[in-house]
Amino acid sequence: MRKRESSEHVVEVATPEFEKTAQKKEARRGLLMALPSYLYLILFFVIPLAIVLIYSFATRNRFGGTDLSGWNVESYERIAEPIVRTILFRSLWLAILTTVICLVIAYPFAYYLSTRKPAIRNVMLVFVMIPFWTNFLVRNYAWRVILGNDGPFTKVTEFFGLGTHELLFSQKAVVLGLVYGYLPFMILPLYAAIERIDGQLLEASRDLYGNGWQSFKNVLLPLSMPGVIAGSILVFVPSLGAYVTPEVLGGAKTTLLGSYIVTQFLTARNWPFGAALSFVLMAVMLLMTIIYFRKGGRTL
Amino acid sequence: MTAAVKLKGITKKFGDVTAVDNVDLTIEDGEFFSLLGPSGCGKTTTLRMIAGLEFPTEGSLSIFGEEVGTLAPNKRSVNTVFQNYALFPHLTVIDNVGFGLKMQGVAKKETKERAMEMIELVQLAGLETRKPSQMSGGQQQRVALARALVNQPKVLLLDEPLGALDLKLRQEMQLELKKLQRDVGISFVFVTHDQEEALTMSDRIAVMHEGKLLQVASPEEIYESPANRFVADFIGRTNLLDGTTADNETVVLSNGTSIRAQNTFPQGTKVSISIRPERTKITQRSESSDPYSSVQGTVETITYLGNARVYGVKFTWLSIEVREENRPGLEVFNVGDDVTVHWEYDAISVVED
Repeated sequence: MRKRESSEHVVEVATPEFEKTAQKKEARRGLLMALPSYLYLILFFVIPLAIVLIYSFATRNRFGGTDLSGWNVESYERIAEPIVRTILFRSLWLAILTTVICLVIAYPFAYYLSTRKPAIRNVMLVFVMIPFWTNFLVRNYAWRVILGNDGPFTKVTEFFGLGTHELLFSQKAVVLGLVYGYLPFMILPLYAAIERIDGQLLEASRDLYGNGWQSFKNVLLPLSMPGVIAGSILVFVPSLGAYVTPEVLGGAKTTLLGSYIVTQFLTARNWPFGAALSFVLMAVMLLMTIIYFRKGGRTL
Repeated sequence: MTAAVKLKGITKKFGDVTAVDNVDLTIEDGEFFSLLGPSGCGKTTTLRMIAGLEFPTEGSLSIFGEEVGTLAPNKRSVNTVFQNYALFPHLTVIDNVGFGLKMQGVAKKETKERAMEMIELVQLAGLETRKPSQMSGGQQQRVALARALVNQPKVLLLDEPLGALDLKLRQEMQLELKKLQRDVGISFVFVTHDQEEALTMSDRIAVMHEGKLLQVASPEEIYESPANRFVADFIGRTNLLDGTTADNETVVLSNGTSIRAQNTFPQGTKVSISIRPERTKITQRSESSDPYSSVQGTVETITYLGNARVYGVKFTWLSIEVREENRPGLEVFNVGDDVTVHWEYDAISVVED
């Protein structure tokens, strides 16, 4: 190889071979940087997931243990049973309800936020995130106090002559708790999406004879769709598998999927069935995520 | 002619800042009208008030005799071509162009036909299913034009629409816009900070500065008889020499030289005389030249422009710019040459400070 010497260092003359080697080196360096993440994911995500998958095809023995033999799909067939189906649909319904309520509350707020001055925006964003500074469990117990028999909520309804409302230990309380808990996950991606939209596009829509509603429907909403989808998934997925909130606020009458899975593992000691349920839950979530990426949103 | 747009005592304040200050302006139907000024002069705010995107703080604004000062933008029969086009990125070209018609409730079939017609008019046929992001700046510009014109507005508002294009394309679009305006016959209100662009395209120009209207006139008048020092300086290149009027024929420059300059100011008014670089002639120094319309100096700088040479000629107290078109057989001077710069009497305009 010809070499040209400069005063400080030797620089090789550019050749296609040299370029190829350089590119290979670059690719190797990239892999090296990602290696810790890969290792972490394999160790704590892929391997446990594989274990759950294997267990879901195993058999429960008479003593509540699991025999890793006699592989079958009975656990999956059990999901079709009426009791399980009811729980599954109830969970789905509450998760959808939570998502829709979050969306309806968060969208106007996110839009309002994105039209404020930057200084005010930052203060308001901090307010949105303040609840995260307190433990999730503690916050759920706080709602128990608020909604409880002698709590502030009842006092207020009684004061206005609306009678006593037994909100605690009902599905309403669960939805309320879930909306409260996951609302920031809806606000933040929505805000990020709306904030990026060029305000001139809305002006153009008004200029082109669009009224407020038409401008929202034809310009703002389609352009903020990545945020709507991202927020919906971020709320829907944890709502579907929620455990803490239904346990603390929901009571015994309204078992949801999260609690039911825990019961299978701890009380019923039917690990294969619990594993199968977990897998179905994950499949639903995965499906939602695929839909999101299909829709072309690449925010988050 | 009827007034397409009429502004009477229009003022717009943003907090303590007065963006537009008591502007009276009449834009005739069918004219190409430019709002010209440096950035922050209030020209865009004025345009946005006509569009309805801002409401005036004070004053009356009417479009074809109808008061629209506080009317929502979607209820005005004017359309805007925005600075960065503001094309809807999620819609195809044909849906962008048809947007206004769709919002007005025009039937789908008719919307499509009229949009297609417009797309053909702006020479984008075949590209109607593309998204704006797949088009060049010039093509996006055409889409923005088509999207506004398809609604058959009574007035078309253009907010620096050529600013993002490169020079060659910009010059092409200038001519095309002008032609388009003649074809559709409605008035175009064109906001620009580029004086050359304004001169090229406009029937009339309004020069704005710090929220105030300085002069409204034809390009010739603005260029040849600027209303004041700012207009003279802003439009084209010029030499501004400070002086005082001696009588209606003479201005005494600050170094005592008397220059013949027609003016209507009272004696002793502080004025500037404006001499355009291309209106002057440069020759070898000759003492016999008319002292009232020439000055003696030395060539200090030469800028070669291809089609012209610009000489910076140094006098005792200042420099004058002289522009000589590159004609065959022209005498060329070098730095350090002693020269005389002279001009015709009517090449001078006198402006107040």
